[in-house]
Amino acid sequence: MDLSSSNAYTRREFLGRGLVMASAAATIPAFIHGTAHAMNKVLGSLSSLPGVPDERILVVVQLSGGNDGLNTVVPFSMSEYYRARPGIGVPERDVLRLGSSDGVGLHPQLAGFKSLYDDGLLGIVQGVGYPNPNRSHFKSMDIWHTADTTATGDGWIGKYIDSECCGFGKGESGTPERPDGASGPPSLAIGRTAPLAMQGRLVTPVAFENADLFRWSGQEIHKSLREPYDDLNRRGDEQAERKESNAAFLLRTSLDAQVSSDMIRKAVAQRSQVQYPGNDLGRQLAMVSSMIRAGLKTRVYYVQLGGFDTHAGQGGAQGRHGQLLSQVGGALRAFYTDLKQQGNDQRVLTLSFSEFGRRVAQNASGGTDHGTAAPMFLVGPMAKPGVLSKHPTLSDLDDGDLKYLVDFRSVYAAVLSDWLKADSKEILGKSYQAAPVIKKA
Amino acid sequence: MRYQPDAKTAEPTPPETTVDAGTASPETAPAKAPAVRATPDKIESTLSPIRKDEFGYDQARHLLWRAGFGGTPQQIETLASWGPEKAVDYILGYDKVEFEAPAADKFDKDIMRPPTEEERRMVTEARRRQDEETLAKAQLERQRREREDRRQVGEMQKWWLKRMVETPRPLEEKMTLFWHGHFATNYRTIENSYHVYLQNQLFRKHAIGSFADLLYGIIRDPAMIAYLDNNDSRKNRPNENLAREIMELFALGLGNYTEQDIKEGARALTGYTFNDDEFVLQQNNHDTGAKTILGRKGNWDGDDFVRIILEQPACAHFIARKVYHYLVADVPPDERGGDKSMPGPQRQAIRQMADALRSSRYQMRPMLRRLFLSDHFYSARFMNDQVKSPASLVVGAIRSLGAPARDLTILADAMDLMGQNIFYPPSVKGWEGGRAWINTSTLFVRQNLLAFLLTGKRTQGYDPTAETMKYDPLPLIAHLDEREGQAARNPGAIVEALMKLALGTTPAHAREPLMSFFASNGNRVTRENVTGLLLLLTAMPEYQLC
Repeated sequence: MDLSSSNAYTRREFLGRGLVMASAAATIPAFIHGTAHAMNKVLGSLSSLPGVPDERILVVVQLSGGNDGLNTVVPFSMSEYYRARPGIGVPERDVLRLGSSDGVGLHPQLAGFKSLYDDGLLGIVQGVGYPNPNRSHFKSMDIWHTADTTATGDGWIGKYIDSECCGFGKGESGTPERPDGASGPPSLAIGRTAPLAMQGRLVTPVAFENADLFRWSGQEIHKSLREPYDDLNRRGDEQAERKESNAAFLLRTSLDAQVSSDMIRKAVAQRSQVQYPGNDLGRQLAMVSSMIRAGLKTRVYYVQLGGFDTHAGQGGAQGRHGQLLSQVGGALRAFYTDLKQQGNDQRVLTLSFSEFGRRVAQNASGGTDHGTAAPMFLVGPMAKPGVLSKHPTLSDLDDGDLKYLVDFRSVYAAVLSDWLKADSKEILGKSYQAAPVIKKA
Repeated sequence: MRYQPDAKTAEPTPPETTVDAGTASPETAPAKAPAVRATPDKIESTLSPIRKDEFGYDQARHLLWRAGFGGTPQQIETLASWGPEKAVDYILGYDKVEFEAPAADKFDKDIMRPPTEEERRMVTEARRRQDEETLAKAQLERQRREREDRRQVGEMQKWWLKRMVETPRPLEEKMTLFWHGHFATNYRTIENSYHVYLQNQLFRKHAIGSFADLLYGIIRDPAMIAYLDNNDSRKNRPNENLAREIMELFALGLGNYTEQDIKEGARALTGYTFNDDEFVLQQNNHDTGAKTILGRKGNWDGDDFVRIILEQPACAHFIARKVYHYLVADVPPDERGGDKSMPGPQRQAIRQMADALRSSRYQMRPMLRRLFLSDHFYSARFMNDQVKSPASLVVGAIRSLGAPARDLTILADAMDLMGQNIFYPPSVKGWEGGRAWINTSTLFVRQNLLAFLLTGKRTQGYDPTAETMKYDPLPLIAHLDEREGQAARNPGAIVEALMKLALGTTPAHAREPLMSFFASNGNRVTRENVTGLLLLLTAMPEYQLC
């Protein structure tokens, strides 16, 4: 099963390509919003407010298909690695060394990560997984999204947004309430649809592939349509007979949509000063950076890159898997260079994960099959830098798979409690010891 | 109505073409205005029959949307002139309506067939000899089949969509879609497109027939068995998935059974599996021991399990409520006191529907007849206040506005973006429906899809069909001058008629922008200008409702 092949019979061009987003402020009542806004003005730039949770942003980078962790962070000192992967093992001489970190290094195509690492902006958590791993893409992805090994319930980000922002019964459409000032949807995904991770009870996440598509295409048909279209779609629910009717709900959502469309398209129309690699992930992160620069109050951005299901011909130091890694490293390097120029780097933490790693041994097709534990990456000035946990052993495998050492939910717990200053126990439904992955402020 | 009509074939077909032809025509029997209701948000309290003089254009339009995918002005007028009994009986009596359905026999049922004895032996042998080359070949072949099967399920999506667009029996497809969302199974898990197709045919066969037959059918349905792991359920190692979902989501609802009932029910279903495309009961895997299910003790099998569930009064109520939610109005989930937050008249109506279902031994048709003929169904509160599902939006626009379907692949893709990927429901709970369909992103997708249907406009540029399939909206207003001559062709009357058709209402604030668009284009009644009016109307928030 190849995750990306579902597009084989769809025509993406019609509605374009994608970004998903989430912001707290959009749903905070105006008086609180106003106060925070005024405070920013007084205190100057947003980055001068360390420890103000409102201003902290999480960017999630999902690598879909099951990234081969062993060829990402390479355990070059373990002979079992080369024995299991005679055709695709990354030769020791090609591995990018990580200072004193013993025995592991980065894939040679991860020059971007190496640069982040050298700047103290990259944290690597090795051997991340969960008990009784599921090897189905969909099931395992759902487990990561719900933070629940039965893969049921709402998404972990959705629950975060619900718990933090929407106790006021506002923001039913997940978009801004106020056309003035900088606001935005609480969470936003770049993609065709918002991932399960962002689905909550109270707020509907916003997803779009291209800001140009986040608007009515009909206005290009004839200019005389524009003004009446605006008149018809920016009315709000004032004239609705019953505010609780579906008609009133639609009138409100329609106004929200027009306002967010203006705001987001304006934000991404300003091009970045930094050159991003011309790949899918680079394009998505450039959009996120533009929205952050424009001051959207979106709290969580979600971007995705597919193609990691490397069952055949994945290559070693060169080849298909390396090209994907090069995209990831290059795009994130550019993203943080950009954020630093904006003065927003301190506010943004990026978390990268995949639904599982791959089996230790290569298969007969020069690729690898679905496996278990793999590294997670945290990027940003506030991520604790370095190689943060041990590499799982290769001599004691579970039926050919790595045994996990760190439960991914302890990383979520750290992001929720130490970065977003939220109650991780309430959100995850259980108490997980926060992994030490965030710097103490 | 035909799929992909061009200007010449876009003439809407009134529903009386095959049955009762000639008894009524829109020209001779214009709809009377229905009695004006005093309070706009009133809910009529019971399922007492609607009076004939209360059934006019609005009610006929409502019926066509809820029991199908909307209608053309001619279809609306015809049903209105027939009056409630004849209109409802026509819609429910669809088995008498001839329909040459789009061919389905081209689907290959063997793409995912189980391996033959010989293929199996070859792989076992290769594994033993560590013959990597043969194993790799077998894996490539499997991947090829999987790709081919995914392609085929995509074809099935288009086939069903086409069927919804073309059918003269819309209630059949509407209820088939209902059952797909009710007994929700996802192709991603089933990975056998032919099983998906067989399940779809099962739903269609019983669409408004017997729910009991459907429930007996579903425990024999390969797609459902695979989806809920019952092929893995054996004596001494029962898998509870199917038994649980039947009780929780398919027939009873939370609170009407215990965990112990699930355990015992799972035992009754052990050995219910399939081989290739056929249901089989594997006696050696079936637990023949005594079980106690919902207080009844015996050596029950799967059919007994279903029968015992059908005997529960909660079952008819559960189904009635779900149908009500689908066809009438959003109701809160039937759990944790959801009933208490529902207005009394709604509780009563659902209760009466459940009674109708029970007294007809789970025949759906009498219950639906009672509902569609009731005062309650046409309450002002419910008219034009249901959020259209993506299927209703897309199919409804083609059917009611006579728009060309242009490209079924694009339509299916857009429906996915709107949150309804047919054959891929998000979970065993199906689609939540109602407001969950709408957010700021899906709203633009909805608007843009309508612009695509009406003009061929794509995000960048136009579809090739923009030239080859020109939309002609003029038949939608043809009846205006037929009835009252040229005088009726004034801008106000045209805008009024199009609002009535597209929105079901004539909101005062909408009139001015529409009129000003029309005026800025010289008030000329041309295809382009009327299409422009419809572009604006279908982009309105109110267009998302039916």
